[in-house]
Amino acid sequence: MVTAAACEARVFEILQEVLDPEVPAISVVDLGIVRGADVDGTRVTVRVTPTYSGCPATQVIEREIAEALKRHGFTEVTVKTVFSPPWTSDWIREEAREKLRAYGIAPPGKAGGALDLVQLGGPTKAVPCPYCGSSNTSRESEFGSTACKSIHVCHACRQPFEHFKAI
Amino acid sequence: MAPFEYLLRLGDDRLILGQRNAEWCGHGPILEEDIAIANIALDQIGQAELFLTLAGRAEGAGRDADALAYWRDETQFRNLQLVELPRGDFAFTMTRQFLFSAWSHFLLEGVAKSPDEDLAGIAAKAGKENRYHLRHAAEWVVRLGGGTDESHHRAQAALDELWPWTVEFFAEDDVERAAVAAGHASSLAGQKPQWDAMVADVFSRATLTTPTTPGRMVGGRQGRHTEYLGRLLAEMQIVARSHPGASW
Repeated sequence: MVTAAACEARVFEILQEVLDPEVPAISVVDLGIVRGADVDGTRVTVRVTPTYSGCPATQVIEREIAEALKRHGFTEVTVKTVFSPPWTSDWIREEAREKLRAYGIAPPGKAGGALDLVQLGGPTKAVPCPYCGSSNTSRESEFGSTACKSIHVCHACRQPFEHFKAI
Repeated sequence: MAPFEYLLRLGDDRLILGQRNAEWCGHGPILEEDIAIANIALDQIGQAELFLTLAGRAEGAGRDADALAYWRDETQFRNLQLVELPRGDFAFTMTRQFLFSAWSHFLLEGVAKSPDEDLAGIAAKAGKENRYHLRHAAEWVVRLGGGTDESHHRAQAALDELWPWTVEFFAEDDVERAAVAAGHASSLAGQKPQWDAMVADVFSRATLTTPTTPGRMVGGRQGRHTEYLGRLLAEMQIVARSHPGASW
């Protein structure tokens, strides 16, 4: 007899194979969007919480989750979208933060906090450069190549880099 | 579940403003800004899709977000008139985004407390995204207002033009009151002092004068729109209507 927890752990292990299509350094499990799984024999329901409302990768991720589980013997896969509570970058797994840094993306700090409406001219929280570790960096834009990233530049190694936004 | 009419308002405001903002794609004044506006538009259209999906579910007539976005005509849209106005210059776009995002900030906080779990989660997520939009737009308002004579003049002109339309943010009617009574939203009248304080703070930092002009006659919530919405819809809906049911 296999326990429900062991079945769920097996599903999470399989889903480590499914990479985030926009940040292929980490898996959907690392990203914290897989919220749970209910296994019933060879049938499985996976609960997924989307990262950003308009993230174009959501549909691809759902398809790839279903494909991965079918490759591992599941015959019926349902991917259920769960909106509440909303995803936060705090759900990104600890070990995945190192993977992001190694990939050249500065991992997010803690989400939330006060809404600093106008930060112009004032100090902004420096994001450490993922390449050289220097904190002598500045933010170029809060919007980057994908919804989840902002653009920064390191003044120490003169390298532009992306930062996974805290949200 | 929140009523269909109320969910349409949440969806339509973001759909139409997202479509307007997306017009900047490829035309931003600098590359970073082009990317930023496209990102904001993407968030807004994503939020619209989620709210309209809920609206379709509440209506119970089998319409999904695409059916509601592409197959309704002008008088069936429930968005604020402010969001359908042409994009204008960059100062106009950013000032409008600021006014709207500041209003959305307080609105979404209320909706995030809805007893409908899906609606609450979607609003909470939209609220987090909106904080980025709000900060971005507020910083631009300050930058433009305190920049050159030309940028100051344009920002003030944009604000003067936009201000009378903001009266619609706080117009309450039966749909609004029913949503509040059922716990899906907080009262607009209660949010107004917070909004007033937030915009006054930013306009003062931007050395802009908050207008005192009275509100216009509006009616977007009842399906009465400006001449601009029809043209926006024509562009937005033409592909879906030319190829019904197409998939790609």
